[in-house]
Amino acid sequence: MTNDECKKVVLDIIADIAPDEDLSNVKPDIRLRDQLQLDSMDFLDIVMELRKRHSIEVPEADYMQLASLDSCAAYLVPKFNALAAKG
Amino acid sequence: MNVSPQSRIVITGVGLTAPNGDSLPEFRRNLLAGVAGVERMEVRYMGSQLAGVCHYDPLRHQKKKEVRVGTRSGSISIYCAREALADSGIAWDAVAKDRVGIYIGCTEHGNVETENEIYNISKFNYDTKFWSHYHNPRTVANNPAGEASLNLGVTGPAYTIGAACAAGNMGLIHATQMLRLGEVDLAICGGVSESIHTFGIFAGFKSQNALATHADPHKASRPFDKARNGIVIAEGGALYTLERLEDAQARGAKIYAEIAGYHVNSDASDYVLPNPVRQAECVQFALKRAGLAARDIHIVNTHATATPLGDIQECEAIRAVFGEGCPDTHINNTKSFIGHAMGAAGALELAGNLPSFDDLTVHPTINVDDLDPLCALRGLVLNQPRKVAKVDTILNNSFGMLGINSTLIVRRFAE
Repeated sequence: MTNDECKKVVLDIIADIAPDEDLSNVKPDIRLRDQLQLDSMDFLDIVMELRKRHSIEVPEADYMQLASLDSCAAYLVPKFNALAAKG
Repeated sequence: MNVSPQSRIVITGVGLTAPNGDSLPEFRRNLLAGVAGVERMEVRYMGSQLAGVCHYDPLRHQKKKEVRVGTRSGSISIYCAREALADSGIAWDAVAKDRVGIYIGCTEHGNVETENEIYNISKFNYDTKFWSHYHNPRTVANNPAGEASLNLGVTGPAYTIGAACAAGNMGLIHATQMLRLGEVDLAICGGVSESIHTFGIFAGFKSQNALATHADPHKASRPFDKARNGIVIAEGGALYTLERLEDAQARGAKIYAEIAGYHVNSDASDYVLPNPVRQAECVQFALKRAGLAARDIHIVNTHATATPLGDIQECEAIRAVFGEGCPDTHINNTKSFIGHAMGAAGALELAGNLPSFDDLTVHPTINVDDLDPLCALRGLVLNQPRKVAKVDTILNNSFGMLGINSTLIVRRFAE
């Protein structure tokens, strides 16, 4: 998985959990909370949807890694690739 | 502010969604035209069932995210509250939100959301780590009122009143009490129900042999008919704005009706079987509080749900109170149109009758092809609306499981 593919996965989840938000111009290096109306329950939604849709686990200690699209990609791509390698 | 136990309380706004109408004018029009609102819907594990389904637009007053995160009851509450406030003409932006109370009657809350989560984790081998973090805020008993308070920015008391199917009346009764105590200056009150979204309610009534069946959905809910065979479950809501009379008059409000009297009591006799003696007592005490005699009541809206025994028992109670000496008393039933809207029933049924003060017409009980002689009440309005000489009072009965009874009387407002 590439970084861009990973960012699309995250944006697809956000599109479902924050359906009123305009996601056409989300800046990858800015914290998601600073540009979208997302609260702590929404971040739990992101964690839940990663678990449900992609079998990716994000432990509580790592939640801060989901702050921006860039940090999501840096944190999640290795997890996706490890999962793919396991087959 | 003149607050006292004798303060006169008036209804100044109505917001509703029913299976046959999303506003009071539409609802009333259909009640007079004999248009029912029952349809077939898929119920989890049970297949196609008859139900009263509402078709209001949630996005009229909610963001998509509010709809996704919240509950159906919360959404119905928000819709009805916003519509009632708009109808009341209150300058909402200028209202002190800490002086507003939200009191919403519910038959039950949390079944829908719990069933949904169990179904959800069944797709993940019942692993509870897939259980939603929204489960608790969705299932707390105050959820419908709480969601309305969030949407409206109300910082006064906002809670639900659990009173089975007597709950719709209870919302108005409780609001009246709180206004008379001076706890709030404006009350948003009534009842809501999301019960068609829980298979457990359908399955429970089916196991009780109390779930209606009929080839024609619109004929399925048939209180007082000999061939009635049970309840059609419905969703919906009706919320009102209630104010002390002097506050309403000070802002030149339109006044739908004045709360004349009420009573709440308990059967203390059975989990599900009604008790006509206690029901009659409930009506009698409400009349006494209103300072009215039975003959002064012009419309009695029955609770009857179309169960074989329940209808007979309520008729027995009504017969005991409204006998030969009540030539101007007319009796009807709203569930024949929309089914049983549970916690919303009392509130919706009152709303459907309020326009009678203006049009002097009593909406009928429909679907009575063959009147059960045991339900033959004097004054029963069957199948066609009845034009009458006078409507100054409406008495609304709502009864619920575990033997809770509520009667609410409203009168035409007069100085």
